[in-house]
Amino acid sequence: MADLTAPALAATGATSTVSTVSTTGTAPRFYLREEHHPENGTLLGFWLYLMSDCLVFAALFAVYGVLGRNYAAGPNGAELFNLPLVAVNTSLLLLSSITYGFAMLEMQRRRLGSVMLWLAITGLLGAGFIGLELYEFNHLIHEGAGPQRSAFLSSFFALVGTHGLHVTFGIVWLITLMFQLGRHGLIAANQRRLMCLSMFWHFLDVVWIGVFTFVYLMGALP
Amino acid sequence: MTAHIESLAHGAAHDGHDTGGPHSTLKGYLTGFVLAVVLTAIPFYLVMNKVFPSSTTTAIVILAFAAVQIVVHMIYFLHMTTKAEAGWSLLALVFTMVLVVITLSGSLWVMFHLNNNMMPAAPHDMRKMP
Repeated sequence: MADLTAPALAATGATSTVSTVSTTGTAPRFYLREEHHPENGTLLGFWLYLMSDCLVFAALFAVYGVLGRNYAAGPNGAELFNLPLVAVNTSLLLLSSITYGFAMLEMQRRRLGSVMLWLAITGLLGAGFIGLELYEFNHLIHEGAGPQRSAFLSSFFALVGTHGLHVTFGIVWLITLMFQLGRHGLIAANQRRLMCLSMFWHFLDVVWIGVFTFVYLMGALP
Repeated sequence: MTAHIESLAHGAAHDGHDTGGPHSTLKGYLTGFVLAVVLTAIPFYLVMNKVFPSSTTTAIVILAFAAVQIVVHMIYFLHMTTKAEAGWSLLALVFTMVLVVITLSGSLWVMFHLNNNMMPAAPHDMRKMP
């Protein structure tokens, strides 16, 4: 019986203490002003997303690695790939990486106009990349080298197409962010979003290194 | 004691309105860009001008260039350090790399040894195949 009442008494005691503190108001307060959260929670979470995206690309690279030489008596990479076009595409994506970097530097200096300008240039370079890739795909399909032609071309379109889709959605994200920046300026939330897109954009460039080396350059080897 | 106070001040600076992202510099981006251009240009040059007579040699060399370029992008563009997010970013990256290596090498290893490892099909099995 005594065991049961003791905690109840303690509880009422505690409640009365809290109420005294809150009513007097002058007593020192020791609670946290802000909710405690790990530093850069969003950026770490976004990095984890990128790592899972990395696994998606790893699976597609593995598929290409397995099927990439199964031409089904169709054309092979050396006959199809236009390396100068790929070189232009690669430089567009590389340039867009550095222009995004310049946008981030301007963000640190809190110059909204320059951030918008560099973001616009980045978006245009990305659009140029997508344009050239669509031109290449269109050309291949018209030559009869569409994804249904051979296992090599199926895996090629799956891998390069997935990368292209990522870049496309990156551009959509970039345009959305430019509207957000235009409306709200360089607030903390927008800076965080810019950092996430920065990681996404540079990550896509990293994946492209794998694509141009493993697919285009190695595919064009005799 | 001084070091202790400095570390406290440093911590306080981070609790402000700093968004906590990596502080990038122009020098870092330009260094990364120049390295990336060089590391991209050389493989294209090697393949387009057929510098090495052997395809295998070229393949190994350009794969090595790609690996170096990926590291360059990670350091200069993605600001990967051992300190980022108290090391959790790097840990996630290393874990992912392990999975990627297992996926890629495992797939290639298994698939290119199928012909050796499969039992030869008997003629009466072949007739039933679609």
